[in-house]
Amino acid sequence: MARVSVSVEVNGTHYEREVEPRLLLVHFLRDELGLTGTHVGCDTSNCGACTVHLDGDAVKSCTVLAVQADGSKVTTIEGLGSIDNLHPVQEAFWEHHGLQCGYCTPGMIMAAADLLERNSDPSEHEVREALAGNLCRCTGYHNIVKAVLAAAKTGRAGEAKPAEAPGEPTVPAVGVGA
Amino acid sequence: MSATVESGKYVGRRMRRKEDPPLITGRGNYTDDMVLPGMLYATIVRSPEAHARITKIDTSAALARPGIHAVLTADDLDLAAGIPMAWVPPGVEIKTPEHWPLAKGEVKHVGQAVAAVFGENKYAVVDAAEDVYVEYEPLPVVVDPEEALKEGSALVHEQFGTNMTHQWGLGSEDMDVAWEEADVVLERRIVNHRVHGAPIEPRACIAEYRAGYLTLWTTTQIPHLVRSFLAGSMQMSEDRIRVVAPDVGGGFGVKLNHYPEEAIAVAASRRLGRPIKWTETRSEHMATTIHGRDQIDYVKMGLKRDGTITGIHINVIADLGAYYLLLTPFIPSFTSFVAGGCYKIPRVRTDITGVFTNKFPTDATRGAGRPEATHLLEVMIEQAAHEIGVAPVDIRRKNFIPKEDFPAEVAVGVIYDSGDYHGTLDKLLSKLDLEELERERAQLRERGIYRGIGYSTYMEICGLAPSRVVGPHGVGIQSGFWESAVVRVHPSGSVTVFTGTSPHGQGLDTSMAQIAADRLGTSPDVVEVIHGDTNTGPYGMGTYGSRSLSVGGEAVAKAAMKVQDKAKRLVAHLLEAAPEDIEVADGKFSVRGSPDKGMTLAEISGAAYIPENVPDGMEPGLEETTFYDPGNFVFPFGAHACIVDVDGETGKVDVVRYVAVDDCGTAINPLLIEGQVHGGITHGIGQALYERIHYDEEGQLVTGTFVDYALPSAADLPSYETDRTETPSPVNSLGVKGVGEAGTIASSPAVVNAVIDALRPLGVGFMNMPLSPMRVWEAIQAAGAASHNGGEPA
Repeated sequence: MARVSVSVEVNGTHYEREVEPRLLLVHFLRDELGLTGTHVGCDTSNCGACTVHLDGDAVKSCTVLAVQADGSKVTTIEGLGSIDNLHPVQEAFWEHHGLQCGYCTPGMIMAAADLLERNSDPSEHEVREALAGNLCRCTGYHNIVKAVLAAAKTGRAGEAKPAEAPGEPTVPAVGVGA
Repeated sequence: MSATVESGKYVGRRMRRKEDPPLITGRGNYTDDMVLPGMLYATIVRSPEAHARITKIDTSAALARPGIHAVLTADDLDLAAGIPMAWVPPGVEIKTPEHWPLAKGEVKHVGQAVAAVFGENKYAVVDAAEDVYVEYEPLPVVVDPEEALKEGSALVHEQFGTNMTHQWGLGSEDMDVAWEEADVVLERRIVNHRVHGAPIEPRACIAEYRAGYLTLWTTTQIPHLVRSFLAGSMQMSEDRIRVVAPDVGGGFGVKLNHYPEEAIAVAASRRLGRPIKWTETRSEHMATTIHGRDQIDYVKMGLKRDGTITGIHINVIADLGAYYLLLTPFIPSFTSFVAGGCYKIPRVRTDITGVFTNKFPTDATRGAGRPEATHLLEVMIEQAAHEIGVAPVDIRRKNFIPKEDFPAEVAVGVIYDSGDYHGTLDKLLSKLDLEELERERAQLRERGIYRGIGYSTYMEICGLAPSRVVGPHGVGIQSGFWESAVVRVHPSGSVTVFTGTSPHGQGLDTSMAQIAADRLGTSPDVVEVIHGDTNTGPYGMGTYGSRSLSVGGEAVAKAAMKVQDKAKRLVAHLLEAAPEDIEVADGKFSVRGSPDKGMTLAEISGAAYIPENVPDGMEPGLEETTFYDPGNFVFPFGAHACIVDVDGETGKVDVVRYVAVDDCGTAINPLLIEGQVHGGITHGIGQALYERIHYDEEGQLVTGTFVDYALPSAADLPSYETDRTETPSPVNSLGVKGVGEAGTIASSPAVVNAVIDALRPLGVGFMNMPLSPMRVWEAIQAAGAASHNGGEPA
């Protein structure tokens, strides 16, 4: 199949590749660039595990062709924050047990970060509606919603670290980077 | 049975998880994330027919495509065994068809693998699969299990002359007495429809056969068992096979199996001399990864006028699908073990009839037989309460096994370890304002909204398993159910724990580290838990059946106590004290009464690896192994309440409040327990309201994607109110039970009871899941028509 050239900036790095025109953005990220944090959970754009930011907006990267991202800036979970400098949503997911198997987590975090960009003070209802396109089978969403609301609070306070959840003292695991 | 140890420094704390940093930063390592040099991609050609004879397969056009290396069919796979099924119940005949990874001559369900295509590019193999020409001669199809049992039905397996797979029963032999003693005998046909575990990560595997050694990375809950199966089918020695479960994106039972695609990948890698990667699409997952439930339960319950239950009998028709996977015919038997629930019922019996249909096999799905039992029992008990005119809560209290009866042997012969059923119900009721509920009910009614409340006071059986009960000469599963652990203290004092469990989201890296740390006088920060690789720790049984903490965690505790014991003897030797005077406190092994005289774990292990420090007769090093086989199951329980609003115009059900009080014994990490409960409840709400695996009359899967198979989303649900009581289990030293499945086991009847409660004013008295708007609307219309005609309400 004829190949076309794609020029795209991902997590601040510029890439040029020759790809099949039918190549999905999610496969471009995973297979061409080795950014495997973005996951595939369905084939009908329902689950949202592949959510990334395309020019600042959350998109399901299984529903975008790589060629459609030509000339664009993409942010994936790998570019959102690092273990030494977590994004408030990442920190809140850790703090509030917003993940179990972790498979939906990158997409869920990218969708939540997008929500907080647009609405820094969402209600629980708004969080739930905003995440309706991201499926999780482990958490029942309870702690995901709690984490997003906590991250919003942190973001509004302009702090690097999240607020303590009242009545729930948490012992940080040192492990990696805490 | 041993005494429960008190919570330690770390056990009982809400520690955030050690496993999270890579997962929240996109640095996880799931099977599909990996690439090997020279790897070929595989895709499967699947049957579009539910039942057909294969008359021709032409692979030439596919093979002619660029980059395609092979197209294999059944005869090309050099396998000595097919797909395993592990249940051989003594004295019961089970009709067991051959089940090969690629179809031999006939297909018996939609999606059955017929051929496999291997090539250099994952898009190209899908193109090539389209070019594999398969000719089918359709055969008669049967999808309804009750039709399948009738004389003259189409047969799934012609050679058996019947679609009945087996019959199996457990419980009282004298059920007639229960009906004689009863004032009221109630009967219902309760359908527990087919669902899917549907983890968000589909299945995937990578097989690499290289110079006589085989490695399989696979999305599994049971890496060691998969290795044993491969040793059989590949005729290889287990020491030459390595099976790895990397990060696994959820299981819920569907990855507790050895699937055809794993066998295809390993056989193809040996044949083609290249690593093979196969990754399932979601559509394949829904069609060809195990389904769950699918029972029709004919339930008969006898009661006295005062609410005392005299007996319950369940006749289970279990739709098993076309073939068996690992535990397919066994799963309905699990229903029988908890058929009496948390009630003191003198006579309880379950009779099961398994049935072949032209569908994909069912197998263990979150709860595996227990959700079915709890659902039918808890729905039935509220039906009975209404029938005899007592409150749903009161009929439960009337029949609860009292706290002082534990350990309690029940009618089916199982001994419940511990329980306080009044305790969880009391705590639940303290959170509900029932008067306020009645006021809201009246107000909402004016707007055409019907509010209802439903309860579920469940108990379940988990912690699989006491091997003598479940094994070859017990229930008949051809395996043991112990668990292994190695606790290795390195010379630096850091610790590696190897567990034979294989977690995939449960948080055992953290909870097992808490358990080990307390026993070793160290911090969980320096305890790393390793699992899911047959080349590291000892043989292990995996993660399923809410077993990992009560069996695997207990194995870790026991191994850590062996290390502690050796460390105490070494410290006693070095500090010239008696071993019984050494105590573990404040991060040190100290001499009792002289807290300044002691050694840290790092000092102890540093000494242990230099033999001159070690007393005569003691081996150097600081590492211990345990194989722990539990003496009994464990029996978690709890009380749940669901409040729903039903729109009388549209039939749409909204869960407005869900309150749960669970008891899973001693809490190791309450944060993780809550997470398991939240997810479990959601799974049960999903079945009650949204999810259904549905085949049409031709055996075509109608709900084969996430468009049609409706997983609940965040927007469909409220936040939950959860709490706990702690009744330690006497079965293990930790006092723990299981919690991974409890929420799912509990929640579906609470939802259904709430909807029925809401709609009683409209004359609706009973409904089966899933309570989709259409089904609810139809029930409202039917009840309205019946009352209009002066007939009986539905």
